[in-house]
Amino acid sequence: MSFDLISGVVKPLITGFGITAKRLARKKVTVQYPEKRREQYDRTRWRHALVRHDDGLEKCIGCSLCAGACPAKCIYVEAEDNTDENRFSPGERYAVRYEINMIRCIFCGLCQEACPTGAIVLKKDFELANYKREQFIYTKKMLLESKRPE
Amino acid sequence: MPKRIETVVMHDSTTPVIGSTQKAGNIILTSMDALINQVQANSLWPLTFGLACCAIEMMSTAASRFDISRFGSEAFRATPRQADVMIIAGRVSKKMAPALRQIYDQMPEPKWVISMGACASSGGVYNNYAIVQGADQIVPVDVYVPGCPPSPEALIFGILKLQEKIKRRKYNKVLELKPRTQEDISVESAITREGALNEF
Repeated sequence: MSFDLISGVVKPLITGFGITAKRLARKKVTVQYPEKRREQYDRTRWRHALVRHDDGLEKCIGCSLCAGACPAKCIYVEAEDNTDENRFSPGERYAVRYEINMIRCIFCGLCQEACPTGAIVLKKDFELANYKREQFIYTKKMLLESKRPE
Repeated sequence: MPKRIETVVMHDSTTPVIGSTQKAGNIILTSMDALINQVQANSLWPLTFGLACCAIEMMSTAASRFDISRFGSEAFRATPRQADVMIIAGRVSKKMAPALRQIYDQMPEPKWVISMGACASSGGVYNNYAIVQGADQIVPVDVYVPGCPPSPEALIFGILKLQEKIKRRKYNKVLELKPRTQEDISVESAITREGALNEF
């Protein structure tokens, strides 16, 4: 059996390693996640947050429209009346309890669309994994943004 | 040099012990803990167990852009006998549940489970007769990763959480060489049954 050294061994080796050499010159694709983070897209939807007005009052008025819009039924809202001494939101009522079951939530953003005051916003914080089921019931205290310093 | 018979003593570190030999045994055990944990945490071989759309994100986690081989989990195994961690990626239907349990039982100890996505963790939007409302009704879950589906970074965060959990493990209690009695088994099964009931 005749065997051509050039076309049988050297040429395929050069073609094969040529691809490797070309790839070496390219930009590295891997995102070094825990050290560096890639930029999230504009419409990325992750962890919810309840936002406030500029004067520090809560935007949420406890209307439960988000709970109605939620396809996974993971939002629970309990409303109560505002009084002049105890004012949480500018409207008539405010949410006394606001709970989201993060493990059932599918981050579709329908709550954000349904909210008439723009109180609930889906932010880009995706590091939500945890060990116990109970840790995924996010209460109002966890969701509400802290007051801005005056 | 006097000849001395050394005994390896496995005991709780809080128990007071007499004699240097026993103390030395304990020191060896604790440093072995760290070594074993480090080795196990950094070579978590996942089981190929994609059930639905979450599997697509699991695949892209393994691909070059996110690349879980940086954490030693690139070797997806097609057989439970060679896997350390089961990533339940997708909704578990009631028909799939016995198979899931069987595959979990076939995995060698030590084994861990990551429940990936809303459907595997709790049923998600599928609150109906066909879908198991949380894979933890069938197998013990170590880490839940919310999201629909979780992005590759979120899954990597879950894997890192699991590694943290493994590194925290202590062997003092695990290495007890006492055979389990019938009483222990009945107590354990009662606890699991209670846990399953609380879900409803």
